[in-house]
Amino acid sequence: MASQPPPIGARQSPLYRAFGDRIFLAALLLFGLIVIGIVILMGWQLAAGGSQAFAQFGLLGFLGGVTWDPVADIYGAWPFIIGTLITSLAAIVLAFFPAIAVAIYAVEYAPRWLGSILQYALELLAALPSVIYGLWGLLVLAPILRSQQQSIVTWALENQQDWLLAILGPPIGFGMTTAVIVLAVMVIPYAASLAKDSIALVPGAQREAAYALGATKWEVIKNAVLPYAKGGILAGIILGFTRALGETMAVVMVIGNNNNLPFTLFGSATTIPASIINEFGEAMDLKLSALLALGFVLFIMSGLMNLLAAWIVKRMSVEGRL
Amino acid sequence: MTPPSSIASVIPKGGNLRIRRVWNSVMLVLLVLGSIVVVSPLIAVLGAVLVNGLATINWAFLTQEFRPVTEGGGGVWHAIVGTLLMNLLALLIGGLLGFAGGVLLSEYPDHPINPYLRTISDLLNGLPALLKGLVIYAIIVLPTGMFSGYAGALALAIILTPIVLRATEGVLQLVPWSVREAGLALGLPRWRVIISLVIPAATAGVVTGLMLGFARAAGEAAPLYFTAGGSQFLNFNLGQQTESLALTIFKYANEPSVLRQEQAWGAALILTIMVLIASLLARWATRKYN
Repeated sequence: MASQPPPIGARQSPLYRAFGDRIFLAALLLFGLIVIGIVILMGWQLAAGGSQAFAQFGLLGFLGGVTWDPVADIYGAWPFIIGTLITSLAAIVLAFFPAIAVAIYAVEYAPRWLGSILQYALELLAALPSVIYGLWGLLVLAPILRSQQQSIVTWALENQQDWLLAILGPPIGFGMTTAVIVLAVMVIPYAASLAKDSIALVPGAQREAAYALGATKWEVIKNAVLPYAKGGILAGIILGFTRALGETMAVVMVIGNNNNLPFTLFGSATTIPASIINEFGEAMDLKLSALLALGFVLFIMSGLMNLLAAWIVKRMSVEGRL
Repeated sequence: MTPPSSIASVIPKGGNLRIRRVWNSVMLVLLVLGSIVVVSPLIAVLGAVLVNGLATINWAFLTQEFRPVTEGGGGVWHAIVGTLLMNLLALLIGGLLGFAGGVLLSEYPDHPINPYLRTISDLLNGLPALLKGLVIYAIIVLPTGMFSGYAGALALAIILTPIVLRATEGVLQLVPWSVREAGLALGLPRWRVIISLVIPAATAGVVTGLMLGFARAAGEAAPLYFTAGGSQFLNFNLGQQTESLALTIFKYANEPSVLRQEQAWGAALILTIMVLIASLLARWATRKYN
């Protein structure tokens, strides 16, 4: 800490000497430490709250257990973990190409006015509360998907495609497919804005060099721009995935909340956040502990993915700036 | 990064220019289609909220409290009050924490704690809001045995903090170092330079951070589910269970009554307008600052 020399002819309160700076910095540090403490407290509280469930079933027994039966007081996390991973992965796969496309189009092709409209649209998509996506998914999207699913299942029934029926599951409109579509819409802005930023950071000389070699516009993008921006694109994809992992309200409203494996394409399923909301109401003792333990699992999953994305962004910026 | 030689090797030599041009146009069409795919759900969601919401909202809906469906269903005044009160308190707490953290990161760039603070703050920002509610549930609601608006506000404050923190840091860094040097040259101590010179120069940016935080926190329902608990009554006392618009939407949407579902759309429109105003204010403040 570089302290200032005391003012000449000091007549002020001691606050105007090094003492004041020390108090100020100490106050800032206190607040900073509180912020750090919050995250540590989160991890600690969730682990402590879940310790009863971890102790009862063993760490692996809890993580790998496929039964979630509040009546028998047996709790296993596997259906929730697998449901979370499948919906989030599927959402990010679905979101990948549109997100990259809008990022490329906004930076490379769109005139300035259209670019800023797209930018604002992405900001709006990210800003809309997740309950509103849930409401839309529940009351608008699910009925549409239900009729589509019913016609597909009817077709499969008429043609005796039993294997297909087993994959499709009941066409109720609330389930995996609906949740994945809603999630994909919600994660696109996250993936797209990071991709957009990193594409915009690619130096103009990189593009000009490729043009000078006779490349078409698409070849410039494919060979000169995208390889340069791939770190940011990857980080955006991971951030989008992380966002999907923890998405709660939109998912719980449309996924149907069923924790019996195996999950089917159209049939209802569940995720960790959805089940925490859904089972919370009547939770006591061991069940509450199991829910907090689920929260801890989500904390670890989401935390690791966040750190991974941050690490990629950092590495990219060190290499990418020059 | 990519040396030019690798580009040259990828681009086919000689003829086939026509195929490459066709490919060029095909990709442009695909990119435009992809952009339309991104924008159309936004229009679909906003359109649904606007159309259904406008059909529901009237003066009574805005000013009445909860009433049973048999008595006309009432309105969402209690939820609007709850949302604003909890977010106000959250803005105070989270704003202070985030602001102080942002000042630390920007004004003491060499402090050894900064890399940790920056990483942890970003991590906190990325962690699911649900978990922020769950931890407040574990440390406050469970020991005291009751849901309260204060617990809800604390959960929202945790959501706000990292957003305000990074926004504050970013905007303070835009203030040129010469401003600080001028203050220091006058013999002012560092804290006085920060409070009287740096922060006033960045007020608009700090407002942006607060508005962005509000836009995010106001729409959160999941953390309030465990903390504020929801309520059917109008109260101005955060010591009791408190309703929020986001919670109302969640509860009403899942009710079988058509009236309740319409009210969910109405509440969604109000919430959307709140969030839009906050993010427009944030945008406007940034633009003014630049």
